[in-house]
Amino acid sequence: MLELRKDIFADERDDDLKEIGKGTQRQDMLGHVTGTSTYFDDHKLQGTLHLKVVRSTHPHARLRRVDTAEAERSPGVRRVIRGADVPRNLNTLMSLINFGKDDEPSLAVDKVRYKGEPIVAVVADSPREAYEAMAKVRIDYEPLPAVLDVEEALKPGAPVVNETYPKNAFIYHDHYDHQKLRFGDVERAFAQADHILEQRYQMSPIEHAPTETNGSIAAPDTNGRYVVYTSTQALFFSLDTCAKILDVPSNTFHFIGGTVGGGFGGKVDTITEPLAILGAMLTGRPVRYVLGREEEMQYGPPRGAERIYLKDGVMRDGRIVARKVRAYFDSGAYTRLSSYAVVKCTAHVPGPYTIPNVHSDIYCVFTNRTPATAMRGFGVTGMDFAIECQMDKLAHLVGMNPMEFRILNAYRDGDMKAHRREAKNTALIECVQVAAEKAKWPIRDEYKRMSSRKDGGGARAAIPSTPGEPGARPAAPAPQRTTYDRGLAASNREPPREPPPPSPPSAPSPAAPRPAPAHGATRFSSVFGTRRR
Amino acid sequence: MARHRGRGMASINYPIGMNLGGDPSQALVHSNPSGKFTVALSSIDLGQGMKSVTRQICAETLGVPVEDVYVDTADSDTGPHCMGSFASRGTHRVGNAVMAAAREARGVMMEAAAEELEVNATDLETDGRGNIHVKGAPHRSISTKDVAIAAQFKQGKTISGRGIFLVPLSNVDPETGEMSPATCYAHACLVAEVEVDDETGEVAMVRMDSAYELGRALNPRLVEQQLVGGAWMGVSHALYETTEPHYPDPRHGPRDFVEYLMPGPGDICPHDIAVLERPAPDGPFGAKGPGEMCANPVLPAIANAIFNAVGVRIDELPITPEKVLRALHAQGGARPQPRW
Repeated sequence: MLELRKDIFADERDDDLKEIGKGTQRQDMLGHVTGTSTYFDDHKLQGTLHLKVVRSTHPHARLRRVDTAEAERSPGVRRVIRGADVPRNLNTLMSLINFGKDDEPSLAVDKVRYKGEPIVAVVADSPREAYEAMAKVRIDYEPLPAVLDVEEALKPGAPVVNETYPKNAFIYHDHYDHQKLRFGDVERAFAQADHILEQRYQMSPIEHAPTETNGSIAAPDTNGRYVVYTSTQALFFSLDTCAKILDVPSNTFHFIGGTVGGGFGGKVDTITEPLAILGAMLTGRPVRYVLGREEEMQYGPPRGAERIYLKDGVMRDGRIVARKVRAYFDSGAYTRLSSYAVVKCTAHVPGPYTIPNVHSDIYCVFTNRTPATAMRGFGVTGMDFAIECQMDKLAHLVGMNPMEFRILNAYRDGDMKAHRREAKNTALIECVQVAAEKAKWPIRDEYKRMSSRKDGGGARAAIPSTPGEPGARPAAPAPQRTTYDRGLAASNREPPREPPPPSPPSAPSPAAPRPAPAHGATRFSSVFGTRRR
Repeated sequence: MARHRGRGMASINYPIGMNLGGDPSQALVHSNPSGKFTVALSSIDLGQGMKSVTRQICAETLGVPVEDVYVDTADSDTGPHCMGSFASRGTHRVGNAVMAAAREARGVMMEAAAEELEVNATDLETDGRGNIHVKGAPHRSISTKDVAIAAQFKQGKTISGRGIFLVPLSNVDPETGEMSPATCYAHACLVAEVEVDDETGEVAMVRMDSAYELGRALNPRLVEQQLVGGAWMGVSHALYETTEPHYPDPRHGPRDFVEYLMPGPGDICPHDIAVLERPAPDGPFGAKGPGEMCANPVLPAIANAIFNAVGVRIDELPITPEKVLRALHAQGGARPQPRW
């Protein structure tokens, strides 16, 4: 049951809209519920061939010899594709936005880095003939020691998973093996805290489990173009990735998609399109490449598992004074998108709370497992699990109602976040209050009266002095207001009646102010690692 | 041996759009000669309702009924560039692009109507039912269909619009992590009530109560669909799912939906949801996006509820009966905590 609480933040909204806010039935609903919507695999093209890939049976091995002679002679086989047939066999997804190094082949050549890595593609008249030919591909493996644990992978002497990143970690800003976040002085705050709690959290890899598995159909079109029916979540992202791998201009391709049977992040990686198109290029026939359910579950990319260590300092009155994070994202054998998630996760630390001292180091680690990728809540779901379990433990430790503990520490409009931007348009407190009300979870009146729009900013807007930095910096200047920011003006009219919000216990001394960082001059962008901005 | 009830909560926020920005989306809107509009996109409808939300945004901005708008997606020959359907960016990024395109098309439509009615375009307004009339004089009116015919065959005007939305890319300080990750954030708090069987270690969901702040619920039915479905994904993530049951040992991975555990119809429980709307300054009609965040509070809320029920903390997902039993054994049995 869904209830719209129009009474809350009513002064920030106009509710006189005609189409917006209505529960209008979806344009595509009838097709979906009658099974007549057209998905990529509903395109039945005459003469379609079927592509299947031979996958590594080892998590880590050198490929001594790959013999496809017998497979090529197998009945119904039109073409066997090897790494050497792929125009640009090495790619990394985020290269389209200039982030990271090419580190993943479409078809493995010298080495396999995870169990299930594609080595050879077989294009045949029928799926059965493709499977029969696959059984005739002879691969001579020289197994190598595999590393599967993120912390083992970072130890000196660990097997090198991916030679592009010889230390088994993605490289940030050209020389760090992790992304840093530094805000205030956690060590000093720990020394003053009444309680310290240090805990380890471990996420699990999971499957996106869409109804429709990853797949595409590519067919030669007129004028040397190829039409591609695809389940991608990102049409141009996939199109441009294919143009790069196949080394052709992007207008060679006409991608058609848009009606997809569930994605959840698992259809961004452009797994099937490059080989399907290459198959069509090499045979002149339509080629269909669709993952089976086992392939989707085990070799299609999962949500990566994260290991997270949290150390918090909390005062007896419930104020959190320091949070230190060390986290490892298990990227599997290749980067895909995990490097991006690390930066997103760094921005998310320490959660929606105003904590005056925060320190975080997050690593994107390579291991000999199926490459991980985006999934709903990418970079955040795991950190939220860790933070919110930790919050419950901290509330227990200081004997507080967990709801009141959240409200006490919640960020409010005007507070400084650990990534050094002012919090605006916040609503955590109101969500906690409404959830408590709905669940009949008692909270005290003073907590019911607290508001995201009141008592933020001030000392809470300061950037604390941070070790390794020359001195404390002034608070960020007041940002431009827009019409939607009316709530702030409203709070100014109202004198604060509630108990004072937590203030940072060690107020930063207004030491020599340092000029704001000169972005764009000398730094490398983190996500756009190679471009000087 | 007994079943113990407990409840736990979690509160979260979630950034809207790609981290650091730099993820544009475009839209094109045009009218046919009958005054019906097409929105051309390359964005993807994964089942979340991309087409419906952009359709409503377009209709609202144009001032025409939603039936007069159709969304065509995704064809790379006709739909302009979009970064993709991920990062909770559909409603916010694509919605803004559609709004901009519809605004431009509306400008032409009002000019064409003004020419037909021989008034100034600024004196006109739409009634949302397919008519344009002079403000304060509803009888001086023309239908959008007649405007479209006039524009096409008489005035030689194209009622169309282009839109793009881009949060400019920002960068990250390597030493401090200073950055501008997102322009707005959605919020949530969820209470999970569970029943833990201290003999089998099984955890059953009893009920969920939640509050989500989403800027504006552009289509409350689609929001409900996201929040209900997303919560079940969270339950599944917390209690059932893994592709590697012995992680980091990769062996014994499931290969199909028989081996891959997920909750079934018998595991469903009631979920009461409240939606709050604090409009985002740069959201289309203030909207943020419920897409990804709805699973996130469920995982820790369940873990915390299990502690409340039997006094054990399970910090590794998924929270299987085996892990609960081992923890209960190590603790010497269930230790129910006071109910809040």
